[in-house]
Amino acid sequence: MFSKSINLNWGERSFNIINYTVIALMVAVTLYPFINVLAISFNDSIDTVRGGIYLWPREFTLKNYNTIFSYTSLLTGFKISVLRTLIGTLIGLMSASMLAYTLSRTDFRSRKFISVFLALTMYFSGGLVPIYILMRDLHLIGTFAIYVLPGLVSAFNVFVIRSYIDGLPYALQESAKLDGANDFQIYYKVILPLCKPVLATIALFLAVGQWNAWFDTYLYNGNKPSLTTLQYELQKILDSTQQGSAMNNANDLAKQMAQVSPESIKMAITIVVTVPILVVYPFLQRYFVGGMTLGAVKS
Amino acid sequence: MKTLPSAGTTQNVDVPGLKKKQRFWAGIVREKYLLLMSIPFVLWLFVFNYLPIWGWTMAFQNYKPAKSFSEQKWVGFDQFKTLFHDHDFYLVLRNTLAMSVLGLIAGFTIPILFAILLNEVKSMPFKRVAQTITYLPHFVSWVVVAGIVTSMLSLDGVVNNLLIWLHIIHEPIQFMAKEHWFWGIVTGSDIWKETGWNAIIFLSAITGIDKELYEAAKVDGAGRFRQMWNITLPGIRSTIMVLFILSVGHLLNNGYEKQLLLGNSLVVDYSQVLDLYALNYGIKIAHFSYGTAISMFNSVVSILLLFTANGFFKKFAKESIM
Repeated sequence: MFSKSINLNWGERSFNIINYTVIALMVAVTLYPFINVLAISFNDSIDTVRGGIYLWPREFTLKNYNTIFSYTSLLTGFKISVLRTLIGTLIGLMSASMLAYTLSRTDFRSRKFISVFLALTMYFSGGLVPIYILMRDLHLIGTFAIYVLPGLVSAFNVFVIRSYIDGLPYALQESAKLDGANDFQIYYKVILPLCKPVLATIALFLAVGQWNAWFDTYLYNGNKPSLTTLQYELQKILDSTQQGSAMNNANDLAKQMAQVSPESIKMAITIVVTVPILVVYPFLQRYFVGGMTLGAVKS
Repeated sequence: MKTLPSAGTTQNVDVPGLKKKQRFWAGIVREKYLLLMSIPFVLWLFVFNYLPIWGWTMAFQNYKPAKSFSEQKWVGFDQFKTLFHDHDFYLVLRNTLAMSVLGLIAGFTIPILFAILLNEVKSMPFKRVAQTITYLPHFVSWVVVAGIVTSMLSLDGVVNNLLIWLHIIHEPIQFMAKEHWFWGIVTGSDIWKETGWNAIIFLSAITGIDKELYEAAKVDGAGRFRQMWNITLPGIRSTIMVLFILSVGHLLNNGYEKQLLLGNSLVVDYSQVLDLYALNYGIKIAHFSYGTAISMFNSVVSILLLFTANGFFKKFAKESIM
């Protein structure tokens, strides 16, 4: 009996050691690329060509960041990305929560029909080409609206908000109704303020989706320099210098040096594009875990 | 409209003889705010999600953008015949399925494993830090991830240097230029980006398992591995099943952005997926009908896969989404 319990403890302990090691390794593998990118972005761009930057810059400089702030296309891209993130998130939040509220009302006769109509969109899609033709017929190509309109209502977001509203006490709506509030006022004055946690989650999803979107710019607005987004501009720069990294051997070193310092600049832009997300993300973490779970249970 | 009584009066009247029509309109009036708050979105859904289905008619035409619908020439299944006789189509289908299946396997096993391991961590600060960091890449765009992956896998990148330092290889490998590496690179990038995020759902399913089960197992002498295998895994079985059915439905729609961003002309035989194939034909060189046929094939097969998976699991595992 005695030896068995010691055995068990020993087994427990070795299990813990292995478990913590595996997780620590996964954390390291996730984190390391970011550290590497950060180090390269702060390293002198000519020195970077020599390779061997791993954890910290060898020749620290802020020059790369100074350089990229003079790229005008990046500034336009930044402006458009901020705009689409703000507008897209705001409109998306309003529409998803409004629709979610009507679907949470058990006395609403069209509720069943709309729910099914909405849920079906999760399972099928017309496909890339028919959607493209539709956008063209609606004259949305080459406009800012195409960033916001097509993704306005997402079934997933609506159902997440609805299941949150379902969890709220109905008595609050009842008393508002007795006070003479109409359905819109109940939504706006009673429901919305109570939904803050779930709205924070959805706002995060929407904002990240808008900020990170690249394909719609590529497909619809690629030849409209005034409407291209930051991700699109970043991709163009990453792509144009990709050949550079493919021929990074000694023979091409001189050629590389003469070029406009690809790698470090690339990484500096990558950091600039990523940082806004890294800044807001830890604050919203406690919300989105709840939101994810809510959506999974209901949908 | 003239005969429409005010909402207040009809609400109280429950006379059976009252016309159905009248009651209908009274209901509309009573629900006018709810309708105003939902009908615009129903119309919106109709336009942006349902109207493209109508666009499938193009697959049976020789669609010319300048002509109206009635002027289009109908060609029956000609576009599909061309499609099914196209050698490239099978190549593209192979790539799509290969990357999807790899993604499906890796996208389930690794997050489940990660969630189970994370659940066994007793130190809360360690657990929280691990979660915060592993969720992070989910929020980074594919453009950035593709940039990072390309940089890591370049000739003098970290991966090559590490492999040389470990004496696994002697010459750096041109990962991004070798086509047989492509599927692995896409799957690996996906694992790096989404493992932490996908583990959230499994982790929260695990917290729903009755703690007493573990206590009982411990009394019976079950070790940690036995507990994971006999309690944790069966406890999250239905979560796994439901997510799996949904994923099977998306087997052909497993994204194209990452393939587009990570691919290049050297690896195109392994990187091209159905959506990109449709994009190249349907939009870039304006063969709209042919592109639509590809898109339609993709969507129809997806729906069929979803129903098949749902039916299969309903019958054999008593789990379903519908």
